[in-house]
Amino acid sequence: MKSDDLLLAYVTRLGDNALVLAQRKIETVTLGPELEEELANANFALDYLGQARLFYTLAGELENAGRDEDDFAFLRSDHEFRNLLLLEQPNGHFGDMIARDFLFESFYVLQLEALERCRHAGVAAIAARAVKEVRYHLRHVGRWLVRLGDGTAQSHERAQRSIDDLWRFTGELFAADEIDRAFAKGFDGPDLEALRVQWQQAVAAVLAEATLKQPEDGWMASGGKQGRHSEHFGYLLAEMQHLHRSHPGATW
Amino acid sequence: MSKREWPLYEVFIRSKAGLSHRHAGSIHAADDQMALDHARDTYTRRSEGVSLWVVRSSAIVASDPAESAAFFEPAKDKIYRHPTFYEIPDGVDNL
Amino acid sequence: MYTQGLDQKGQTANNRGTTESQEQLAAFQRRIDAEEKIEAKDWMPEGYRRTLVRQISQHAHSEIIGMQPEGNWLTRAPTLKRKAILLAKVQDEAGHGLYLYSAGETLGTSRDQMVGDLLSGKAKYSSIFNYPTLTWADIGAIGWLVDGAAIMNQIPLCRCSYGPYARAMVRVCKEESFHQRQGFDIMLALSRGTAAQQAMAQDALNRWWWPSIMMFGPNDSNSRHSAQSMAWKIKRFSNDELRQKFIDVTVPQAEFLGLKVPDDDLEFDKLTGHYRFGEIDWQELSDVIAGNGPCNRQRMARRRQAHDDGAWVRKAAQAYADKQAAKKAA
Repeated sequence: MKSDDLLLAYVTRLGDNALVLAQRKIETVTLGPELEEELANANFALDYLGQARLFYTLAGELENAGRDEDDFAFLRSDHEFRNLLLLEQPNGHFGDMIARDFLFESFYVLQLEALERCRHAGVAAIAARAVKEVRYHLRHVGRWLVRLGDGTAQSHERAQRSIDDLWRFTGELFAADEIDRAFAKGFDGPDLEALRVQWQQAVAAVLAEATLKQPEDGWMASGGKQGRHSEHFGYLLAEMQHLHRSHPGATW
Repeated sequence: MSKREWPLYEVFIRSKAGLSHRHAGSIHAADDQMALDHARDTYTRRSEGVSLWVVRSSAIVASDPAESAAFFEPAKDKIYRHPTFYEIPDGVDNL
Repeated sequence: MYTQGLDQKGQTANNRGTTESQEQLAAFQRRIDAEEKIEAKDWMPEGYRRTLVRQISQHAHSEIIGMQPEGNWLTRAPTLKRKAILLAKVQDEAGHGLYLYSAGETLGTSRDQMVGDLLSGKAKYSSIFNYPTLTWADIGAIGWLVDGAAIMNQIPLCRCSYGPYARAMVRVCKEESFHQRQGFDIMLALSRGTAAQQAMAQDALNRWWWPSIMMFGPNDSNSRHSAQSMAWKIKRFSNDELRQKFIDVTVPQAEFLGLKVPDDDLEFDKLTGHYRFGEIDWQELSDVIAGNGPCNRQRMARRRQAHDDGAWVRKAAQAYADKQAAKKAA
């Protein structure tokens, strides 16, 4: 890939992560365990939607082919989405969602902190804004993981199971490919190997407080970053894109 | 029904630096940290605040409306405590 | 969003088996007549308290159940901007439910009790939310018509005699000011869009017009609690007054959109300055209130599912808090 394409792919991937997670969170609206958590979930989904729009708009500018945020969201097919597999997994129960958000956001905060300092002004500006949002989310979901882990016997067992089930998707967070390496080199972007060390420490500390065991690093799933998704993803996209695609060229 | 409801907290918001915290409403939360999160996610969605206080509703000591006459009316006739009580002759400034 | 078509069920607001003296009642009424606000710990007649708990909790339930028909289109919203706006709106409804439950709690009824009454079917919510949202245009129609009808009723509630309810409503109205506009904005885009989009908008108006008109409740002559609620200044305008006001402001908006209001009897009366409109199908309203609307069961099933699925989470948080408190005490 040319360096322009690599940059475009990097920014689009950031948008894809944000949009797919927003969409999963939106699916759970009206199903929160308590009214206050309903509000929190919507706040977080709105944050991610906002980030997706900013990253896609930037991608559109970089590409300079006239595509806007909606073209990226609604008119690309599944293999063109390059989000992490972790984020497209079905929501499951509240513990699964807390575990997913915790594992991802422990990584994402570090990624955004590095991006905030990177030498690409557009990306750095979005990251500077997003990192504040995600720091708050991480605080929130981290506290919840501790409550579930150290709550009742049932919640402990469920939270452990959630972490165990999702652990196999965490390898992909740090699996650097050509796109990651190009951004790291070209713009002083995040070094995923360095992030992994920090992530492991941060995650271990919260898991310990939550009285949860850290799973062994076994087989790790991958493919999302290359556009090879799980079966669940097609349904997510079908639902999200159906109306938009049913009325080509319409204004809403 | 859960056996026991999460306790009620009262939420106070400082809308900007320089102003005092003001009662905004209440929320339920299982613990103090959660109460802060819930207050933030419920009452500051439109940039309403720069600082939050939460306090268990059960911790508030309130005056009794039945005693409000005894509590508050005696202050009403001390009108000499207010500057408008005093007449200032014309020609006197800076008082 | 809310309707005042709810206050017809339940006990009449008399003082049953209480020892309220005539002097107390008269003194209370004098405070109301002097436009004094009643606060949580003040003395109040039991009938006043019961009426408020019923009305506030039903109002809260309506906000919470009302999230469902609109939430139905969140995952499919046609643009990212529309998705964000709709999500913010649905979230506001959760917030409004929360503010209202809080106001209800000041009267000595816990949120758990109020929610319990909803889940058991004892408490009602606005029947408008038992209609389905079948197309994206329904999201526009709900914002425009249902929120429009709600605002008519909610603005006077900001001056309700009960302080905590009035304060909650001030916050609700402030936040809701964008809700109706975003609905109209959706309708406007559709009406300026393709033929398919225009047809979608007309179809939505056809289905939502009459249920919106019914939101104002029965005619004044058939509204049981109105007189007492007016005397207590819980309610300030009658059902028919508000309904007329709503029709008068909404019909010209429909005309602007190039849409036809589905009422052949609709006619502007130059003498009164008001629109005359056709007969409302009261049988439909009572059917939906009685549980036989298109979505009653579906709405309640989803609410119950959320409540049941959340039980272990609420319990876990409580158990954790208890452990921490015990550690601190030790």
